[in-house]
Amino acid sequence: MENRKLIDFKVFLNGIWRENPILFIMLGLCPVLAVSSSVKDALGMGISVIFILTGSNLVISLIRKIVPNHVRIPVFIVVIATFVTITDYILAAYSPQIHKNLGVYLPLIVVNCIILGRAEGFASKNNVFNSILDGLGMGIGFTLIIFIISSVREILGNGTFMGKLILGENFKPFLIMIMPPGAFLVIGILIALKQKLEKGKKKC
Amino acid sequence: MLNETNLFFIFLSAFLINNILLIRFLGLCSFIGISTNIKSSIGMGIAVVFVTVMACSLSWAVYNFLLAPFHLEYLRTTTFILTIASFVQFEEMIIRKKLPALYRAFGIYLPLITTNCVILASAFLGIDYKLSFIQNLIFSFGISFGYCFGIIIFATIREEIEIAPIPESFKGVPIAFILAALMSLAFLGFKGLFKL
Repeated sequence: MENRKLIDFKVFLNGIWRENPILFIMLGLCPVLAVSSSVKDALGMGISVIFILTGSNLVISLIRKIVPNHVRIPVFIVVIATFVTITDYILAAYSPQIHKNLGVYLPLIVVNCIILGRAEGFASKNNVFNSILDGLGMGIGFTLIIFIISSVREILGNGTFMGKLILGENFKPFLIMIMPPGAFLVIGILIALKQKLEKGKKKC
Repeated sequence: MLNETNLFFIFLSAFLINNILLIRFLGLCSFIGISTNIKSSIGMGIAVVFVTVMACSLSWAVYNFLLAPFHLEYLRTTTFILTIASFVQFEEMIIRKKLPALYRAFGIYLPLITTNCVILASAFLGIDYKLSFIQNLIFSFGISFGYCFGIIIFATIREEIEIAPIPESFKGVPIAFILAALMSLAFLGFKGLFKL
């Protein structure tokens, strides 16, 4: 029993570091770069992705035995699109500002490769409980990265964090960080750091 | 933003000022993944132009003639993705039957396109901006042409950088992102091209 629990826990942790969707598999980059100019929007996106990923993983692992193999991709897409629509409307109702800032990137989660990738690669082969854990783990891993990137960009580019001034009045913000090039720069350096960390480990 | 009726402005804005790859950050998976070689970038770029223009016109028609009259706007995410997926499949069959040379040229890029967010994005944006059919046509052409243009330039630089001495931990994807940052900086310069 204990052993089982350990495995479940591993499934959860997998998404956060060892198979982190952004850093290691390099999937679903578009929203990470596009909405990471402010931490608030980034968290909104992260939570939406966690919800959609967990929900679609849950439904897909429930129906995995009754869906014929050759139409499984369209079925998965419809399930994902349903969850995306639900999120879209919930966000529009409860926090219209974030919904407005996320704009077209919210409905575009439907073509985000992370979600279809997890549906096809994990949820369609595993039981419900593990699929939920996998969805949560991957979603949190995604949110973590988008949180890091948006923190760097907002602090350097605007001098604020979650809308609050933290670097003082005299700080001259690097405007470039909140503009599109900043996003590419930050993720490039982040991936380089990860490669460096991995190399260091191999030497030991 | 796009209330200008001038078609040339719509095209320029979609192509340069709001370049889909470098300013809007869409279609990055294929941008980073495929651009390691020029030939496949050209193939992908042209395939994207081809499919985007057709699929966007189709989803524009579906939205305005099927969804809007019956107040089914909330179904647009599901409908668009299904329209695009089935359209790509259908197109693949036709091209394979009728134009085998073109089919060989597109190769594996046609099926890959379904998950390329450029197409869905231009369908959504066209609806969001409430464009007319002709405007939508020009708009989707501008967007996909911007993608094609961006990926080909990027691939050219990336082939050069293969032989450049770069720091160990920046090899591969990180340097590609730094490169994209520089290109994006250049594209930001187009912002002052004209005022809307």
